[in-house]
Amino acid sequence: MKIPFSYNLRNLWARRLTTILTASGMALVVFVFTAILMLAQGLQKTLVETGSPENVVVIRKASASEVQSGVERHQASVIETDRDILIGADGQRMLAKELVVLISLPKEGSDKQSNVVIRGISGRSMRLRDQIRLINGRPPRPGSTEIITGTSITKRFRGADLGNTLRFGMRDWQVVGIFDAGNTGFSSEIWGDVDQLMQAFRRPVYSSIIFRLSDPSGFEAVKERIENDPRLTLEAKRENRYYLDQSEMMAKFLRILGLSLTAIFSFGAIIGAMITMYAAVASRIGEIGTMRALGFRRSSILSAFLIESLMLGLAGGLAGLFFASFMQLFTISTVNFQTFSELAFQFSLTLDISWKAVAFSLVMGLVGGILPAIRAAHMKVVDALRAK
Amino acid sequence: MLLLKIFFKNALRHKLRTGLTVLAIAIAMLAFGLLRTVIDAWHAGVEASSASRLVTRNSISIIFPLPLSYKDKIRQVDGVDIVSYGNWFGGIYIDEKNFFANFAVEPRTYLELYPEYVLSTEVHNAFLRDRKSFIAGRKLAAKYGWRIGDVITLKGTIFPGNWEFVLRGIYRGRHSSTDENQFLFHWDYLNEMIKKTSPGRADQVGFYMIGAKNPNLAAQVALSVDRAFQNSLAETLTETEKAFQMGFVSMSEAIITAIQLVSFVVIVIILAVVANTMAMTGRERAAEYSTFKALGFRGRHIAALIFGESLTITMAGCAAGMIATFPAATAFAKAVGTFFPVFNVDADTLYLDIAFSLTVGLLAAVVPTYRSLKTGIANGLRTVE
Repeated sequence: MKIPFSYNLRNLWARRLTTILTASGMALVVFVFTAILMLAQGLQKTLVETGSPENVVVIRKASASEVQSGVERHQASVIETDRDILIGADGQRMLAKELVVLISLPKEGSDKQSNVVIRGISGRSMRLRDQIRLINGRPPRPGSTEIITGTSITKRFRGADLGNTLRFGMRDWQVVGIFDAGNTGFSSEIWGDVDQLMQAFRRPVYSSIIFRLSDPSGFEAVKERIENDPRLTLEAKRENRYYLDQSEMMAKFLRILGLSLTAIFSFGAIIGAMITMYAAVASRIGEIGTMRALGFRRSSILSAFLIESLMLGLAGGLAGLFFASFMQLFTISTVNFQTFSELAFQFSLTLDISWKAVAFSLVMGLVGGILPAIRAAHMKVVDALRAK
Repeated sequence: MLLLKIFFKNALRHKLRTGLTVLAIAIAMLAFGLLRTVIDAWHAGVEASSASRLVTRNSISIIFPLPLSYKDKIRQVDGVDIVSYGNWFGGIYIDEKNFFANFAVEPRTYLELYPEYVLSTEVHNAFLRDRKSFIAGRKLAAKYGWRIGDVITLKGTIFPGNWEFVLRGIYRGRHSSTDENQFLFHWDYLNEMIKKTSPGRADQVGFYMIGAKNPNLAAQVALSVDRAFQNSLAETLTETEKAFQMGFVSMSEAIITAIQLVSFVVIVIILAVVANTMAMTGRERAAEYSTFKALGFRGRHIAALIFGESLTITMAGCAAGMIATFPAATAFAKAVGTFFPVFNVDADTLYLDIAFSLTVGLLAAVVPTYRSLKTGIANGLRTVE
């Protein structure tokens, strides 16, 4: 025979202060757990959506990112003639030779500087990235000192808005457009004409070559052809893979940090639940004796207390998840260690993370409640009834 | 004294509950201490910097080089004592996971600027004589088991190729805050190799390190250096070593803020646990407190009892947590390895531990005290557990 569910509910209600304190302790742990997973997820999502599996990035061998890479002009011409590059509707190859460097710019509302990616683009660059939409102004004219800035840059850096000029490389660059690239790394970049930027920065080499495959499944053949060409010291990666690699270190760091923190914190919350449940058992010895005398089994007592503890955990978990979901409204902007440049990304809540958070809170409730529940179940009827 | 004894006796009436609460506080203080230490470790470079050292880099950003020819011009600037230079090499040892800082530097002047890297005279001279050699910090060498004379290969990310170096010396840090995880080799070795492979990139340095004659004039020296290269092809930005290091720290400010916030969350979690314990204790003793009142004890006596017990429990937990922080920090430092070159528990962290424990102890006692004071004697005596 089972003890009715309402018994548990009314017990929790009878000790409101204790219930609220215990559940809020667990809610905070779940909040931290969820928030950090959301952060790592957001970072990864941003960088994964930046790349497309149909595009190929070619950089110098062993250079981890475009910034460290260098592709000589003659090497770029060799790549340009590859037979697997998609030919666009205008009969031109879908290929862009780009320059990527970092410049430091002052942040909005402070005198602190941060590193920003500036990308020299050529004709096809915009069309190779489907996510890019110009929301204001116009694209930069080739051969001019005009730039367009991503939405995250406009918001976070001083003087990066439409109509302003930025000074770097001994020239003034006019912002003629703002582009939105959604939740991708491009939103944290500044784009300008590649040849002008190469001149200004005195870098006679490209950083990377980007092209679209005519047949996305033919990547392996292209990769082999490029990497085995004795004239080239380059490597080819699918664009999405390239950006995923860049998020790896940081996402791993965030996850390890988050998991070790929540592991320690959950100890505290589990102990809190344990204290509460031990007290719940201790103050109800007489009740337990009565129920046993009425014919309820040990297993029913055990499950009643476990259910109570699980409900505490669930209440905490749901509250924590509820508040963590508001973190989605925030955007975080920090330097990615791997690329050394500023990147803006949002907390991102997925179904997977929600399940994990709820499961985690239930485990906390279970672990906290199991010992007190066993103690309750193992009481002798006579002793329990004799207790005050 | 008697009062203290009563607090202990009272706390020990529920040994299990008190024990668990103390454990929970100890864990929370341990977590708090570790988080604070992580933040301190982030700032270690700033702490270790000297007021008389200045860093000159390209004003566009750190990835752009400066010509080697600037060296002599900088030396002419008033107030400059020593000029050294170097490059961030960014080499990978076997695997990307084995991260540590590796710099190509002009060895003689660089070691002069960094007297906190302690080397014996023979080792110092042996390092200077051998162009293919490098020196490593004590911790770094210990981590990978390098011995003097070993040949180490780094894979270049910025400067392509496999680079071989011979270990000629292991330096020790003069202070506990000195970075003992550095890998320093001859800038000339790098430059000569670049001349062969990509001559266009030769004779360029990543940064100049300047030793000012007088730390008070550092700001002025910085200005004069930058003025000397104004409107040149490579304009410079000179700042004190501290500001330079701070620039790196502030780039990951968002993460530091998050860790800081989380370290306060743990305090709130523990507040909930302790407040819960005290609330339960208060509820159970309602009849007892009413008896006291009936006997003529005043509200303040009862308040003292509750506050005293709460503080006794939290301070016991705090002490345990503080003691546990040290071995935990050592273990953590070993686990994260070279990611945080300096990882020491700061005295301030311990003071904060105490301050927060006191706060938690006091706050946790507020509600039970309020409740017991508000309960009338008759009502209190009628309470059943």
